[in-house]
Amino acid sequence: MSTLPLRRRRPPRIPYLLLLPSLVVLIAALGYPIGWQIVTSMQEYGLAQQFGQPPVFVGLANYIEIFSQDQLWAVVARSIAFCLVNAFVTVALGLALALLMRAVPAAIKVIIQVCLLLAWATPMVAAVTVFRWLFDYRSGIVNWLLTEAGLERFAGFAWLSSPLTFFLVASSIVIWMSVPFVALSLYAGLTQVPQEIIEAAQIDGASPRRILGSILLPMVRPVLSVVLLLQIIWDLRVFAQIRLLQDAGAPVAETNLLGNFIYELGAARQDFAAASAVSLFVLALTVLLSWPYVRSLLKEAEE
Amino acid sequence: MRRILPKVLWSVVGVAVAAVWVFPVYWMVLSAFTPNARLRQIPPSFLPVNTTLTNLRTVVSDPDFLSALRMSLTITALTVVVVLAFAFLGALAISRFRFRGRKSFLLAVLFIQMLPAEGLFIAQYKMLSSVGGVVPAFGLNSVLGITVLYTAAIIPFTIWMLRGFVAGVPIELEEAAMVDGLSRTQAFLRITFPLLAPGLVASGVYAFLQAWNEFTIALVVLPDQSSQTLPLWLRGFLNASVNRGVDWAQVMAASTVIAVPVIVFFLFVQSRMTSGLVSGAVKG
Repeated sequence: MSTLPLRRRRPPRIPYLLLLPSLVVLIAALGYPIGWQIVTSMQEYGLAQQFGQPPVFVGLANYIEIFSQDQLWAVVARSIAFCLVNAFVTVALGLALALLMRAVPAAIKVIIQVCLLLAWATPMVAAVTVFRWLFDYRSGIVNWLLTEAGLERFAGFAWLSSPLTFFLVASSIVIWMSVPFVALSLYAGLTQVPQEIIEAAQIDGASPRRILGSILLPMVRPVLSVVLLLQIIWDLRVFAQIRLLQDAGAPVAETNLLGNFIYELGAARQDFAAASAVSLFVLALTVLLSWPYVRSLLKEAEE
Repeated sequence: MRRILPKVLWSVVGVAVAAVWVFPVYWMVLSAFTPNARLRQIPPSFLPVNTTLTNLRTVVSDPDFLSALRMSLTITALTVVVVLAFAFLGALAISRFRFRGRKSFLLAVLFIQMLPAEGLFIAQYKMLSSVGGVVPAFGLNSVLGITVLYTAAIIPFTIWMLRGFVAGVPIELEEAAMVDGLSRTQAFLRITFPLLAPGLVASGVYAFLQAWNEFTIALVVLPDQSSQTLPLWLRGFLNASVNRGVDWAQVMAASTVIAVPVIVFFLFVQSRMTSGLVSGAVKG
């Protein structure tokens, strides 16, 4: 272990000094707000407290109140459904694209990669704005194409006004933006599969489908599970895309995901106790979901 | 023939998929250079016709755009510098030392980078608004306040990323230089530091993209029109025109102005970074 001689020579104070700036920032910007949320979530903290009344400790009353509301569970169910559908569709499409890149000549592969990178690099706010233009009810290209294809009811169709089509547009943005990362990661994983194994299987007469199912997929399984887990975590926190699409006049209460619900509780209703309780719920859910990923990263790094 | 046919078929599918994926970006740029009157015509044109720079000129001369550009540049530059300095020190601590609490810190760093901004932003808003009552320079609508929040959000991943680069420079290199007569500081500055350059560039680019594109935290802690960043400005620019029929040509020009520099930068760095990583000076 090359670090051992150092430890003997230097006083053990130094690593703490090196970590100090980062620690100060993390505690100030993340630690304190989390602590504040824990305290606030157990207090009566409404409009009266905004005007100077001291907050009253109420224990878990806020949690009981908010978690007994149907409204919260509707948002939770919607967020989980949105998250799972998008994560699985993204990973399935990403895998299909990665396999496609293996099957095409090098020049076509480069074209696909460049196009994926362009989508990946587009800033989120710009991407949502473009999709609002694509799905614009009056002169958007999507309605024009569908009408041309003979679906007359899409002439002037307002995609963002009803929840179901709203989430269809939101999903297409999320999937469009996240497939490139998945496809390129999985493609990188596929190139790690030794060519000799595939050739040996071909000589033994294995069909392409057999090679896919018995060699390629099992060998990229580690990458596949990591990208799926990351997609689930990332798709659970979709906030900005929804917020920006709601600007077009969508029914807010029926299109809110968890992040938007917290935003509404905190920013619009000034109900900081409820906002804190839901925030902590989201944080706990994230930690729970990230657990396998973090553990594998740590294990890999310390080997 | 039986071997060639699938290849051709897959190539056609590949080109079609690539076209679908790139279409939104193409449509954005195309619309930015098309007069709005043409955009409203049916059928739409998929190739450039009557291209114009009017949309871009209108957008760039918007006074709000210039102030948002200034705000974004300041916040991003400050964030990148602070993140790099702090994360570099943190990465040194983690990969060059074994100390009590090291593993807990690593674990905390990994978990923090997974935390969603939405789980914290209301508390961060309250915090900055109370801090602002005492020290306005760190309050809501301040460059410094949001820089602290951005730094905290970006630093965990940069520490993690730089840790790999620092660990990749063998300590023996430094020790060899010290045997040859350099002091520890000199050895570090002349031997190790240059070898970390690709890592610092990669982390700097990551920090830049995160801070430049960030929307959620900015939406909450920069409520004033005068302190908005470019993503907030773009949203305002679109929403301002919703009621009187959106001028999509101008809105797409605004999106293009924001997106194209980032895309070019991203592509440039993407190619540079991989070659930088592969041809790194550390061999054997």
